[in-house]
Amino acid sequence: MDYFKGTSDYVLSPGLRDNVNVSIALGRPLIVKGEPGTGKTLLAHSIAKSLGKNFIIWNVKSTTKAKEGLYVYDTVQRLNDARFKDADISDIKKYIKLGKLGEAFKADKQVVLLIDEIDKADIEFPNDLLNELDEMSFYIPETGETIKAKERPIVIITSNSEKELPDPFLRRCIFHYIEFPEEDLMAEIVKVHFPDLEKKILKEALKKFYWIRKFDLLRKKPSTSELVDWIQALILGGISPKKIEKELPFLGTLLKKKEDIDLVQPKEKSHYAYRTSARARDVY
Amino acid sequence: MLIELVLELGMFINFFLNLKSQGIPVSIHEWITLHKALSLNLNDTSLTNFYYMARSIMIKNEIYFDKYDLAFLDTFEDIKTSDEMLEEILAGLKKIKELKLSEEEKKQLEELNLDQVLKNFEEQLQGGHYKDHVGGNKRIGTGGRSTQGAWGYNPAGIRIGQGVSRHKKAIQVAEKRTFQNYDNHKTLDTRQMKVALSHLRALLPMGEGEELNLEATIDASCKNAGEIELVWQNKEKKSAKVVLFMDVGGSMTPYAELVERLFSAASSQISKFKHFYFHNCLYQDLWTNIERNQSISTSDFFKNEDNDYKAIIIGDAEMAPSELTWANGAVDYWYNNEIPGIVWLQKLKDKFKDIIWLNPLPQKSWDYIHTVNLVRDIFPMFELTLDGLDEGIKFLMSGKSKLL
Repeated sequence: MDYFKGTSDYVLSPGLRDNVNVSIALGRPLIVKGEPGTGKTLLAHSIAKSLGKNFIIWNVKSTTKAKEGLYVYDTVQRLNDARFKDADISDIKKYIKLGKLGEAFKADKQVVLLIDEIDKADIEFPNDLLNELDEMSFYIPETGETIKAKERPIVIITSNSEKELPDPFLRRCIFHYIEFPEEDLMAEIVKVHFPDLEKKILKEALKKFYWIRKFDLLRKKPSTSELVDWIQALILGGISPKKIEKELPFLGTLLKKKEDIDLVQPKEKSHYAYRTSARARDVY
Repeated sequence: MLIELVLELGMFINFFLNLKSQGIPVSIHEWITLHKALSLNLNDTSLTNFYYMARSIMIKNEIYFDKYDLAFLDTFEDIKTSDEMLEEILAGLKKIKELKLSEEEKKQLEELNLDQVLKNFEEQLQGGHYKDHVGGNKRIGTGGRSTQGAWGYNPAGIRIGQGVSRHKKAIQVAEKRTFQNYDNHKTLDTRQMKVALSHLRALLPMGEGEELNLEATIDASCKNAGEIELVWQNKEKKSAKVVLFMDVGGSMTPYAELVERLFSAASSQISKFKHFYFHNCLYQDLWTNIERNQSISTSDFFKNEDNDYKAIIIGDAEMAPSELTWANGAVDYWYNNEIPGIVWLQKLKDKFKDIIWLNPLPQKSWDYIHTVNLVRDIFPMFELTLDGLDEGIKFLMSGKSKLL
């Protein structure tokens, strides 16, 4: 059996790793939820890479229908082709295009299928896929063909909890909630991106980063990807750790909304005195 | 078979019962999946791994993680001295390679409702199997207290450092109760705003996109002497109309900004969205800004607007009874109302049939506040929590408020 250990460029918690392996072993889809920027989508990439499997992404949009993932029968094309003598329209198969799920089922070897942001779609969308994901097969009435997975694909589903997913669907899945990484884990993640980063810069940057995240009224809390961008900017700008401690350079890379910047900026001076002692923390 | 199963699993079934009694929606389906996972030895006979594995299989929403921790503590807290006991349980579980249940048995299992589960639980308690555990079980009853931070008295918390065996870690993880804030009975905080918004999306139409207009296509093709001409059209969207009335000032001030932001974010997606402010109760003027110095006339508003809006009122409904029932009872000294507030509220109800009241006060306090009861007689009232909001929106969409 395949055992997922993680890859060098993707740091993950042991809990998540185990849950991925549980999901692979049980052959059930893994639903991954969590704040934006906690690496939900990257997880599937990492699994495919680490296990050496082909990777298929199905990006779900608000207009996506469950059936599109299975197959699309292009009737309009067929109708259009009917006008011309040279086109052979008797072969319906020509007009059946497999969707991403269909592709994953039809593949000769086991693949990793990522159904990205499933909650974007219609509320009924997951329910329409129940049977297909359970049995890993579907029937095309137009051609009388049944597509059945030779090897159950490893299915990873991400959700931003914009909509709640229906219970029958959830019952068939394994669930993992990615918590926002603690400082230690975050330091590891940053190190993957910047192996040569100066320790002092990392320390100061993380301190500021978690300080900003503590603001209750932020409209959008900065996430891992913003932190990585920020550190990139700090490195390129040649900012010294002392300066990071004193002020907040390139705040715009961390906070994307004007209201948030207005909220944090006036307080940056006071944060200069911010130390880790519990007593000082109460003041702010 | 059912009885055998319970016996075989011994105390393990209590875990399931504990989860149920915490109000977590777990089903037999998931319970069986957990056994499958255990029979494959995916948890590596470690309680820590088991903690995460069972959670991933049984719990499908992070708001229940805290309750899971409590149930986990109640079930496994006492396993702290003997590794053998754990081994025994797991070995017993491994014996069951695959659970083969007949339809009848499945039914039996499904019929285990909460009452029965609780009863079973109680019997076990009285039977003395849980001697050391009574304190633990009590926590279910006093869960409210623990969320207020009284958790510190928990004697289990001191146990850290008594040993380093692996399985204790899971208990510690559970004891930490990192997910307390995700519990859906807490009032909305910033983190949950996004989730709350998603509940409001129930008010929104679903996107349909393009579709082939068959009749127009046939028409066009005929005019085109049989050459096929395809005509596409956008499927019509029904737009939701929402009107929001919000109590600001006084006891509502702490919530004002939060609530306003919630709805102004929603307003970008709801095509017809109106919001007004009031202080404690509605009278002849509807304030259009939070400072309450610009207004429109309430009766004009009633006259001019369609009545197919979904109306949501947010307020604590906690005020002096005179503000509700007296002419000139309004709380602000500069404001006079000839018609008592309660009449205006009734008029509002008559105008908008689909209407709910969201109250940030905890539901258990409602009965003790006179004016809340008066208001509740007019409007269906829900708690301003994730659960309450969800329930409220569902109620609004179902059109049930028309019946009241």
